[in-house]
Amino acid sequence: MAAITLKDIRKTYGDGFLAVKGVSLDIADGEFVILVGPSGCGKSTLLRMIVGLEDITSGELRIGDKVVNDKAPRDRHLAMVFQNYALYPHLTVFENIAFPLRLQKGKFTEEQVREKVEFAANTLELQDHLQRKPANLSGGQRQRVAMGRAIVREANAFLFDEPLSNLDAKLRGQMRTEIARMQRRLGTTTVYVTHDQTEAMTLGDRVAVLRKGELQQVASPRGLYEQPVNLFVAGFIGSPPMNFLPGEVDGDTLHLPVADVPISPELKEKLGDRKLVIVGLRPEHFEDASLTKDSREGVVAFDVNVDVTEWLGSDLYAYIPFETHADVASKLEELDRDLDGEGMRTQMVVALDSESRVRDGDQASLWFDPAKMMVFDPEGGENLTYDAGKVREVDQQNEQDRKASIQRAQEREAAKAS
Amino acid sequence: MRTMTPKLRIWWGVITVLVLVYALFPVFSIIATSFKLPSQLNLGQFLPKTWTWSNYEQILTGSAKDLFLPALRNSIGISLIATAIAVVLATLAAYAIARLDFPGKRLILTTALGVSIFPVVSIVTPLFNLWRNIGLYDTWLGLIIPYLSLTLPISIWTLAAFFRQIPWELEQAAQVDGATAWQAFRKAIVPLAAPGVFTTALIAFFIAWNDFVYGISLTSTSAARPVPAALAFFTGASQFEEPTGAISAAAVIVTVPVVILVLLFQRQIVSGLTQGAVKG
Amino acid sequence: MSADVATQAPARAPKKARSDRARSEARLGWWLAGPAFVVMLAVTIYPILQALYDSLFNYRLTAPDDKAFIGLNNYKVVLTDSLFWQSLWVTTLIMIVSVVVELLLGFALALVMHRAITSLRGLLRTAILVPYGIITVVSAFAWFYAFDINSGFINHWFDWVPGIDPNLNWFAHQGTSLSVIIASEIWKTTPFISLLLLAGLSQVPTELEEAAEVDGATWGQRLRRVVLPNMKAAIMVAVLFRALDAFRIFDNVYIMTNGANNTNVLSLLAYNTSINRLEIGLGSAISVILFLCVILICFIAIKLFKVDLASARGEG
Repeated sequence: MAAITLKDIRKTYGDGFLAVKGVSLDIADGEFVILVGPSGCGKSTLLRMIVGLEDITSGELRIGDKVVNDKAPRDRHLAMVFQNYALYPHLTVFENIAFPLRLQKGKFTEEQVREKVEFAANTLELQDHLQRKPANLSGGQRQRVAMGRAIVREANAFLFDEPLSNLDAKLRGQMRTEIARMQRRLGTTTVYVTHDQTEAMTLGDRVAVLRKGELQQVASPRGLYEQPVNLFVAGFIGSPPMNFLPGEVDGDTLHLPVADVPISPELKEKLGDRKLVIVGLRPEHFEDASLTKDSREGVVAFDVNVDVTEWLGSDLYAYIPFETHADVASKLEELDRDLDGEGMRTQMVVALDSESRVRDGDQASLWFDPAKMMVFDPEGGENLTYDAGKVREVDQQNEQDRKASIQRAQEREAAKAS
Repeated sequence: MRTMTPKLRIWWGVITVLVLVYALFPVFSIIATSFKLPSQLNLGQFLPKTWTWSNYEQILTGSAKDLFLPALRNSIGISLIATAIAVVLATLAAYAIARLDFPGKRLILTTALGVSIFPVVSIVTPLFNLWRNIGLYDTWLGLIIPYLSLTLPISIWTLAAFFRQIPWELEQAAQVDGATAWQAFRKAIVPLAAPGVFTTALIAFFIAWNDFVYGISLTSTSAARPVPAALAFFTGASQFEEPTGAISAAAVIVTVPVVILVLLFQRQIVSGLTQGAVKG
Repeated sequence: MSADVATQAPARAPKKARSDRARSEARLGWWLAGPAFVVMLAVTIYPILQALYDSLFNYRLTAPDDKAFIGLNNYKVVLTDSLFWQSLWVTTLIMIVSVVVELLLGFALALVMHRAITSLRGLLRTAILVPYGIITVVSAFAWFYAFDINSGFINHWFDWVPGIDPNLNWFAHQGTSLSVIIASEIWKTTPFISLLLLAGLSQVPTELEEAAEVDGATWGQRLRRVVLPNMKAAIMVAVLFRALDAFRIFDNVYIMTNGANNTNVLSLLAYNTSINRLEIGLGSAISVILFLCVILICFIAIKLFKVDLASARGEG
């Protein structure tokens, strides 16, 4: 068990391409940290630098209290689960899991090896497959063998490189909880790379969002969701994604394509002398006015034409096309590209209560609470409504919850053992 | 899979017998000939009237032994050495082709392709002249070198195809699991690459073992003449006697080990032959 | 995804001067592949250049001192010699007949292996590999002895067939000797072609065939319209390789007739001229012509029939 500390880590490839541009990150002992970002953001490179498969161009990497920049992978005592599991096809499941132990010649007796492998196999419910070859296993079973190999290594930390991306959706959900359970039980420091924001939000104690080799924000999932530092993080976290609308400042009013919003004194201060901003509204911030009988204080109500609706049982998504502003269009297009988007049409998504009767082509009355609105600078993209104090508060709560849940998991474990 | 009706079963039985007859009949034919008495060769029958080991005695211990045994030694020795050299060189080259990115990769593969379609006879005339001048004529080395033109290209193609399929990231996985670079190579890569190298060696050996043109052109005595060439120079016990029985017996002796290898490793040979040739 | 950055990185700056890493990788690549490359060149390029040079001289090993430059005279001698044209014709005939028959037979065998149930497939494949493993010279003797007028049994077995009787000497006539030569050639090399075709067959997705079946195609239509077009590459490569191989035929002819009764082939002609009669100049000219023929066949195959060797041979 160990903390991992990255200090201004850089990676320049031989041809001069800067893949990682100075990342600093403290990962506490026992913490589960997610590295997330669209493809090409440098997250995998960062992980491979931690494990020692890529050289670190500059910066300092510590595991525990030792600088390990120049250590070979084997001397870092980490365990990694690869995207395609990297199982040895010529070895049985048992020997695959035992592989790290066999490498340390003479350190373990045959009895100890069997004990450790069986422990890992029981943890992952692989007991019945120990004598099979990887080729005869299903995707989920292979995934668990790879995790078993990590468990027996008794490593300082677990590293996962997009471990679930080769599984189908249902299995992915199962394995996600399996990984979370294992991490809580063993309390091992874990770094997990993914491009899937659902995995990032559900698994991580803290999530580090990367873009083009630069760290954007590190915070608890809730911190990221409620207080993103910039457009990129705001657009990346959340599904369906946040709606970005052009907002024109006109005195005390902010003109949006769908509604006019009064500008509060606090917001006025944050806006400065900007004439044009990008407004972010999450789909679930909208409500169907016809479902709320008592009209609320301070909400912004408006009528729109709904293009398409999707009824999902728990929610109803309504798509509302709007005309964007030429000055912010290019910024939003750039953001879309950064997020691996497809250059979709400008439309707003609102998530309404599933009881809503809004249907395709309807004229709908909606409202939202302007206090939940985020406002971004159209040039730099920074979040003007970002509240650092709130983030700290949320992160502290999150830290307490994490410690408590680890303790509970280990108490349960101890109770089971005695 | 559709169920087998009895009629279908019979059809498959007939087809199987036909294929077996096709593949094995000429082999049985020469085996049968090898057991015939010289005096009974001309009876026009498939099976020997009297089974005899006399042809085998003749080439192994009798009058033809000085013709056959040195040839057998030459064939085995030269083919093994040519195979070993080709496989070592091809392994290095195929590793580079499969794992490294360097200019000229395609050139090497194209060259291998070009060499493999080169007419052997076009090479033999100049080599014949050169070998006589520099003393390589009728020596083992004088055959091993041209044999490389047969064994090397196919070895490179086959091995490159094999190596491309090896999941090389296993080497990295092993290092993370605590292996040294050497351990990672030996424990994760060698077990995966070994079957490919072995299969390639087998195919290369068959090709060298099969050679005839170089064998008759670049040798003149039993110092280096391999079996296929020696067979063509067998003579009968007397001027009026055809060496049919002796040749058949010798042919059977050089065929049996090959057939055994084929039976043992048919799966690997098939994958090796087709991997080099068709995208697999 | 795990290597996304690593693999994309070089592509992002293709115009820049090659880095140290790329240079050292190139150096290592050539250190590893270089020896094989040099050996391949040494055993082919040097001899063919030497042959080209020698072919311009009147050069006999029986009278080495009379070596004299005669320009293209050797080629003139060869190209006006009826024996050469006869050999070229026989060689081409053998090539075409054997490739056509092998393709049909090989495809039938491939289909049988493809359709066979697993347990049968192993048996069939093993059987089919036996001819592949047998030395060509041994195959030649086996067929020769079976048909030979003295030691053979074919004449006795098939004397009910019109034209075959115990006194038929197969190796005394051009047509009959060529038939046996081609038969031996086909027997020995069909397995190779059928394995290539089997590999091609198994690459045709089963869904395609099933889709065609649902669309109402008969077995023959499925084969002709779905299976064959999808394995065209495999077929073309198999045909080209076998054609080049058949064009170099030597062993079977040498053993069975040694060129008697108008069964001479180009390889045998070159061999007899230079190795037996020691006319290095003339033999070299035939060698060069043979080489050019092979190049021509390749060229025709690649240009006219669009055989894509690179893709078909697993090299993208």
